[in-house]
Amino acid sequence: MTERFTKAAARNIFYGGSLFFFAAFVGLTALSHNYIVNKGTDSAGLTDAVARGKHVWEKNACINCHTLLGEGAYFAPELGNVWLRYGGDKDHEGAVTALKGWMAAQPSGIEGRRQMPQFNLTDREVEDLGAFLEWTSRINTQNWPPKLSG
Amino acid sequence: MKYESQKVALWYFAAAMGLFGVQILVGLLAGVVYVLPNTLSELLPFNLIRMIHTNALIVWLLIGFFGAAYYLIPEESEVELHSPKLALIQLGLFVFGALAAVVGYVFRVHEGREFLEQPTWIKAAIVVVALMFLYNITMTVLKGRRTVITNILLVGMWGIALFFLFSFYNPANLALDKMYWWYVVHLWVEGVWELVMASILAFLMIKMTGVDREIVEKWLYAIVGLALFSGILGTGHHYYWIGTPGYWQWIGSIFSTLEVAPFFTMVVFSFMMVWKSGRRHPNKAAMLWSLGCAVFAFFGAGLWGFLHTLAPINYYTHGTQVTAAHGHLAFYGAYAMINLAIITYAMPYLRGVQPYNQVLNMWSFWLMSGGMAFMTFALTVAGVVQTHLQRVMGMDYMEVQEQLALFYWMRLGAGVAVGAGVLLYLYAIFGPAREERPASIPTSYQPAE
Repeated sequence: MTERFTKAAARNIFYGGSLFFFAAFVGLTALSHNYIVNKGTDSAGLTDAVARGKHVWEKNACINCHTLLGEGAYFAPELGNVWLRYGGDKDHEGAVTALKGWMAAQPSGIEGRRQMPQFNLTDREVEDLGAFLEWTSRINTQNWPPKLSG
Repeated sequence: MKYESQKVALWYFAAAMGLFGVQILVGLLAGVVYVLPNTLSELLPFNLIRMIHTNALIVWLLIGFFGAAYYLIPEESEVELHSPKLALIQLGLFVFGALAAVVGYVFRVHEGREFLEQPTWIKAAIVVVALMFLYNITMTVLKGRRTVITNILLVGMWGIALFFLFSFYNPANLALDKMYWWYVVHLWVEGVWELVMASILAFLMIKMTGVDREIVEKWLYAIVGLALFSGILGTGHHYYWIGTPGYWQWIGSIFSTLEVAPFFTMVVFSFMMVWKSGRRHPNKAAMLWSLGCAVFAFFGAGLWGFLHTLAPINYYTHGTQVTAAHGHLAFYGAYAMINLAIITYAMPYLRGVQPYNQVLNMWSFWLMSGGMAFMTFALTVAGVVQTHLQRVMGMDYMEVQEQLALFYWMRLGAGVAVGAGVLLYLYAIFGPAREERPASIPTSYQPAE
C-alpha cells in the first residue's frame, strides 16, 4: 500500500463507512418492520392463540429438529407450510384433528426411523400450536418454499 | 509474555478447550443419531443434543476470544491488566452459567429460539459478565498505548455485547422475531466477530513475522472495513423468505457476494506478511494454524457462503444440508481455528517453555482440518441431492433423507477424524511439553517481536 494511503485515511474510511452502512441497514430494517406489520404478515389475525402457540413451539425447542421458513435444524421436515400439507387451508378442523393424532402417536419407536419425542401437550396446546402454524403458513414468503414438500 | 496479568488467559484457554471437547463429543453423538436414529431418542432427544452442540460451540469461542483479549491487550497496551482478579471472577461466573445452561437443557429447561435457548436469567448473567469484561479491557486500553489492534478488538467486543441485547426482544409476530434475531446471529458471526478474528490474526502476524506494525495496521483497517461494508447489508441474505420485502433479494445477493472480499483479503494479507518477512518464528504450529485459519475461513465462510447466497439459488437450497455444510466449515475455519492459533501461539509463553510438541500439534491440524473438509464435501453433496429431490422434484422430506444415508455415514466418519484431531491437539497443548523441534527448523530462528 502506498504512502499516500495513510493509516489515518484507512481509519476514517473504516469508521465512516461502517457508520454509513449501519445507518442504511437500520433504515431498511425500519421500512421492513413496517412492511411486515402491514403487508408481510396478518397482524390482525395474530390472536392470543397464535401467540400462545408460538410459545408452545419455543418451550419444546421444535426449532432444534425442524426448520421454520428454512431456519433451524435440518433433522426434521420444514414446518412453515406444514399447515398446507395437512390440508388445513381447506379443512381447518381436519388438520387440527390430524395434528392431535400425530402428536399423541410420538415417538413411533420404529427401528431405523428418526424419532420425535412425546411432548405431552394438552389439547389446548396442540390447538394453539395449530393456530401458530396456520398463521405462519400465511406469511408472505415470496413463494418460498418452491414445493409443498417444504 | 511480558506482563504477569496475561497469565489469566491460561485459565480462559483451559475452559474454552474443555467446552470444545464437550461440543465435539455431543456433535459426534448427533452424527450417530443421524445414522442410528433410535440412539438415546427418549433420554436425550436430538433437539437437546443439537442445542448443547451449538451452545457449547458459541460459548467456547467467546471464552477463547476473552482469553485472547486478556493475552494480547496487555502486550499491545504495554500495561498490566486493569484487574486480573475481576477477569478470573468473570470466567468463573461465565463457566458456571454455561454449565448451568447445559445441565438445564438436559432437564428440558430452555427457551426456544435457535442459539438463544438460554433461560432469561442466564442471558442476563451473560450481559453482566460481558460488562465486567468490557470494563476490564477498556480500562486497560485507556491506561496504555493505543494501537489499531486494540481499537478494532474493542469495537468488536463492544459490538458483541451490544447486539446480544436483541436476544431479549421476542415479539409474537414470527417474521419480526426472525428479523431481529438476525441482529444477534448475523451481526455477530458475519459482522463484529470478524473484527475480533482479524485483530487476533493481525496480532499474530506482527508477533510471528515481524513485519512493520504500520503495514499490518493498514491491512487490518482494510480487512475490517471490507467486512462491515459487505457484512452489515449482507444480512439481507437472511431476509429473502421470512415475510420481509422483496428488495432484500437484491441487497442480500449483492452485498453478501461482497462478503467474500474480507476473507480473500485475509488470505492475501497473511501470506504476504509471511512472504515479506525474512524471519521464521520458532512456533511453526502457530504459524500453520494462523495461515490455515485464513485459508479455511476463505473457503468455509467465503466460498461456501457464496455457493448458496444468491437469491435465485438460495430459493432452492435454503435450509438444506448445503446450509449445514457451510455452517460447519465457516465456524471451524474462521472462529475455531483463530482460537486454536492464538492458543498454540500463547501457550509456550503462558507455560514458560520454548515452543513444544510442535509435530503433534501440526498432526492435529491436518487431522482436524482434513476431517472438517471431508465433512463439508459430504454434506455439500447431500445438500445438492436433497435440493434436487425435495425442492425440484417435490419428494417428501423423510423419503429424501433416506437417500442421503451414505453421506451421513461419511459425515460421521469425518467427525471421528475431527474428534481424534481434537484429542491430539489437547494433548499437544496441555500434555507434557517436549521441546524438540521439527528437523526443518534450525535453532537460530527467533521470535520477531
